[in-house]
Amino acid sequence: MLGRIWRIIVKEFIQLRRDRYARFQLIFPPIIQMLVFGYAATFEVNRVPIAVLDLDHSQESRALLARFTFTGRFNVADIMRDDRDIPRLIGRSDIPMALKIEPGFAELLRKGQTAHLQVIVDGTDSNTALIAVGYVNQIATTFAQDYARDRLDRLMPATAAMVPRVTLEQRPWYNPDLNSQWFFVPGVIGSITMILVVVLTAFAIVREREIGTLEQIMVTPIRPVELMLGKTVPFFLVGLGDVILVAGVGAFWFSVPFRGNPLVLLLGTVLFLLSTLSVGLLISTLCSTQQQAFASAFFFLNPAFTLSGFNFPITSMPRAMRLITYLNPLRYYLIILRGTFLKGVGLGVLWPHMAALAVLAFALLTMGVLRFRKSLD
Amino acid sequence: MSEAFSIVVDELVKRFRRFTAVNRISFSVARGEIFGLLGPNGSGKSTTIRMLCGLLTPTAGRVSVVGFDVARDPEEVRQHIGYMSQKFSLYNDLRVVENLEFFAGLYGVKGAQLTERIAWALEMAGLNGGEELITGDLAGGWKQRLALGCAVMHRPRVLLLDEPTAGVDPLSRRLFWELIHQMSADGVTVLVTTHYMDEAEYCNRLALIEAGRLVATGSPSELKRGAIRGDLLLVECAPLGRGLEIIKRQPGVLDAAVFGAALHVVVGAADRARAELPAALASAGVATSRIEPIAPSLEDAFVALAGKRHDLGATQ
Repeated sequence: MLGRIWRIIVKEFIQLRRDRYARFQLIFPPIIQMLVFGYAATFEVNRVPIAVLDLDHSQESRALLARFTFTGRFNVADIMRDDRDIPRLIGRSDIPMALKIEPGFAELLRKGQTAHLQVIVDGTDSNTALIAVGYVNQIATTFAQDYARDRLDRLMPATAAMVPRVTLEQRPWYNPDLNSQWFFVPGVIGSITMILVVVLTAFAIVREREIGTLEQIMVTPIRPVELMLGKTVPFFLVGLGDVILVAGVGAFWFSVPFRGNPLVLLLGTVLFLLSTLSVGLLISTLCSTQQQAFASAFFFLNPAFTLSGFNFPITSMPRAMRLITYLNPLRYYLIILRGTFLKGVGLGVLWPHMAALAVLAFALLTMGVLRFRKSLD
Repeated sequence: MSEAFSIVVDELVKRFRRFTAVNRISFSVARGEIFGLLGPNGSGKSTTIRMLCGLLTPTAGRVSVVGFDVARDPEEVRQHIGYMSQKFSLYNDLRVVENLEFFAGLYGVKGAQLTERIAWALEMAGLNGGEELITGDLAGGWKQRLALGCAVMHRPRVLLLDEPTAGVDPLSRRLFWELIHQMSADGVTVLVTTHYMDEAEYCNRLALIEAGRLVATGSPSELKRGAIRGDLLLVECAPLGRGLEIIKRQPGVLDAAVFGAALHVVVGAADRARAELPAALASAGVATSRIEPIAPSLEDAFVALAGKRHDLGATQ
């Protein structure tokens, strides 16, 4: 039994070694994706080009707009003369945001009434718009507070001393500078591994079905379990190697801290790899050509990625979608990755996620094995 | 069951949804015999051979190979059979010797036996000194012989070959058949499917299959003798189509069909027909350039037995 499994594993590695494209696929895309995410992917919004339109020309309006130039979040790219410039600039995607101050802004403030700062954003890039509007809000609020305090100081110094104040003290734990790289690197490890293992496993089996060698193997006295192990063990090892490679790039190149126990991550990785291998196996039993396998793999991979909590918060999803995320191995693995990398927590905290992943891995593997047996008949 | 028969097929049926691919086929193959399943594409040959090696489960009927029931003891059966599928699939990215080692490994051949079998297979395939070649770089004939080598690494008692010579040059086909005869002489039972009539002549016995049904079994000469009741004439005339119409209407003509650029005509008495047919054709404006008695070929037999003319692929 071991002899036959060993034969297949050896053959699989010979083929991988000889296939220049596969070798490339195992090493470069993961590293390149890691570098791209590490350097380019960030949720922070910096130097947003904005256009301003000040129709009030008052000391107050100028003071407010000046605050936008000083933060570094915005870059005043254009000073407009009238309303008609706004659709032109936003329509051409030159700027994602414009600020407009109506005439009478200062007068309203001086009378103690509400004055308006209008923000026009390009909603087609809603993520950037949302974050940028948040910054605008912050700046406008501080401006209003400072303005109110100044006036009170001048008019009624005694009362001013009694006005209460609440200030925000940010303390992001585990990632004090809210460094995007720290956030992305664990997520990228999970998603790259998932793509690689699902695609490689599904293709390795479907390719043999396509060229006919699977039929030739099936007439030998090999048992389905032996064939299945022989075909999956190599990709388990390859997946493990890739996790180590990508995690190494994250830890040493991007200096993402690894605070937990590597063995806990290893356990989570093993369970995650078993789940993804089984998905690959299941796909291979449904497909007879590599094109079909490719389409099916992406039919799984894209939703799995979106519903993992990698960059869209699961808590914000509708209930039905939230329930689906419980079936997604990547969801648990991301928690394990972030937990071991940034939080440094151990099994005491992560065990429910480990358990869920184990159940999922077991269920998927059982389905994969059963279907695989059937398709051999 | 008698041990004299290596393969016994009994009332075998395979249905795919509503399509019956194999319809109550029965035959037996004796030890060391070369048995051919002859029939056009889609007649159910591959389906039958796949049921013989346990790749497909029969809808009804029984198959036993070297005394084991394929449905009950598939693993046991697989120890004793060698199978070459239509595409004689090998790993093109592996070296010659790596392919041999791989398949030998799956059959549990190892140690001194492995070395001996690899040497034998290389010799047999004419690939001595070529063990390090990448299989994908080999020409068709070598690939085919290598595939045969892979299929018999474990010295099977029964060899099942599904269209083994498709897409291989004539010289390689002849070489391949020499190998098959050698194995048969060593006591290996060979079952081979083909749609090449000339190849069918190499078999000891044949089963003619047509639309999933067994039409006839027998040795090639038995089939040829048994199928044609009467004498066979070759008629070359022009125009051919008109000639066929006229001839079919003549008294004493039992059957007629187009074979290549001529007609094969089955008649009750050759001498009478040779005298009468040219005149009948001439009166209808058809010129006869040649008319003579010939020995029936397997194709004639097949046409006579199947009742109609079929495209059987290449017929040299």
